[in-house]
Amino acid sequence: MAAVLVARGLRKRYGRTEALAGVDVTVEEGQLVGLLGPNGAGKSTLVKIACGLVRASAGTVEVAGAPAGSAHARRALGYLAELFRFPSWMSADEVLTLHQRLAASPGGAAERIELLELVGLPDARATRVGSMSKGMQQRLGLAQALVGAPPLLLLDEPTSALDPAGRRIVRGLLERLRERGTSVLLNSHLLSEVELVCDHVVIVDHGRVVAAGTPDELRRQGGVEVETGGGTRRFPDARRADVPRLVRELVAAGEDVYEVRVVASSLEDVYLEVVE
Amino acid sequence: MIAIVGYGLRESLRRKMFAVVLVLTLGFLALYAWGVHAAFRDTRSFVGPGQEALDPDVLAGAIVFGLAMFAILFLGSVLAVFLTLNVVRGDAEAGLLQPLVVRPIGRVQLLLARFAGAAGVCVAYVLAVYFAALGITHWAGGWWPDRVVSPGIELGAAVVLVAALAVAGSVALAPIANGIGTLMVFGAGLMAGLLGEIGHAIHSQKLEHISHLATWFLPFDALYEDALHRLTVDTTGFAGFVLQLGPFGGSHRAGSSLLLWSAVYLALVGGTALLAFSRRDL
Repeated sequence: MAAVLVARGLRKRYGRTEALAGVDVTVEEGQLVGLLGPNGAGKSTLVKIACGLVRASAGTVEVAGAPAGSAHARRALGYLAELFRFPSWMSADEVLTLHQRLAASPGGAAERIELLELVGLPDARATRVGSMSKGMQQRLGLAQALVGAPPLLLLDEPTSALDPAGRRIVRGLLERLRERGTSVLLNSHLLSEVELVCDHVVIVDHGRVVAAGTPDELRRQGGVEVETGGGTRRFPDARRADVPRLVRELVAAGEDVYEVRVVASSLEDVYLEVVE
Repeated sequence: MIAIVGYGLRESLRRKMFAVVLVLTLGFLALYAWGVHAAFRDTRSFVGPGQEALDPDVLAGAIVFGLAMFAILFLGSVLAVFLTLNVVRGDAEAGLLQPLVVRPIGRVQLLLARFAGAAGVCVAYVLAVYFAALGITHWAGGWWPDRVVSPGIELGAAVVLVAALAVAGSVALAPIANGIGTLMVFGAGLMAGLLGEIGHAIHSQKLEHISHLATWFLPFDALYEDALHRLTVDTTGFAGFVLQLGPFGGSHRAGSSLLLWSAVYLALVGGTALLAFSRRDL
């Protein structure tokens, strides 16, 4: 698989503050990468450098083989900022039309209708931004990022203003995008969301990558718990393969076994472990 | 780029401030019509026998229309400042700019297009009010200036320079600071013109030198003074002398070098703004 986004040794200083201290991140074609980290970890800075809003102090970022910020790189990406606004006097259709013209998308009205349906706003074409709820505006922001079907999407907290139903729509949308081969770098605080949809997770803290891998690689086995007549027995070093032996030994010892659980740490446990 | 110009135009025309300016302009034009009518009537009775060298209609028309040109410059400049004061930093802080900047259009084209949209609105406004005031003046006293079109174009150009300063300021300054700063610079330009006028009247070379220097730093005032000069460029004799004394900085011929400098100044301000914007983190 070819890489759509490659960041190497990325550094960014804001005065005395080091927002990024040498970050390496790669997003492969069709891959959905989750970017996790506490507030101020440097996640948004990384995304902003990738889309050319912020200049790196050192290191390189390439988008679709071109330096970040170049016209070629900007043509290859769609971006949803964490804090964004559209002019309140524009309708949803006008916002998308403007972005179609800026992205030179030939999609026309059909693309606008499809995008609004994708984000769950099929009846909002003529609705003014000023009369939309925050959640609706966020969905419109997502539709805007998808204009022109860019191969890479950079989404900075795309579900922060959404209710559970809206989040489910976005999760479904991300899965459809993956099926279409679109790569996504998803910056989110919602670990459960990242765990559910991402192929790869990068955890950033203090401007550095502190953990990276697939969700399964990051989740660690946390032992085995057995419910017996005498209470819960814990075997912290045991693994799934040890379960038959443990049960045999307990039964042989006269214990009644009611339930066996293989305990695995969640992404949240891993996250808290590496950032605290 | 046309998409952004259109966006800027619609943004400008939809603001409530634009409606306020339109209402104020209509009020100004109504009061102007009343005032200019009275001015022509009173001046005709004021110029008596033995004062034939002073054509009362030329005197009233040039002075009152000169005042109207100052008002048009002021209104146009206020409009220019309010339409452009938040183009970069203000819009970036509101989150309006980022979705546009990441598009392939690029920062240079984006800023040029936003400037072109605002400048287009301001020039159209200045020319509309200029020709409306000119029509009212002719209706009230039958007077036409010696040059009809070029003073309006120069007023429009002066407002474009103010808009360029406000756009450049918006790259670094928050909207309120930028608005205050640009209007203070605008006021400083007018004040320099007034100082030059006082220096001329009291034969102070120092004051005239300061005023001359200021016109190079703030050439919109020189354009305004040249526009005033063109109103009565062919008027000679005592009437011509009296009409040199304008209301806020007298009428002065700018000369081709200053007109050329205004174009260079616009390019320098624009180039500085583009360079600063291209290096700015958003």
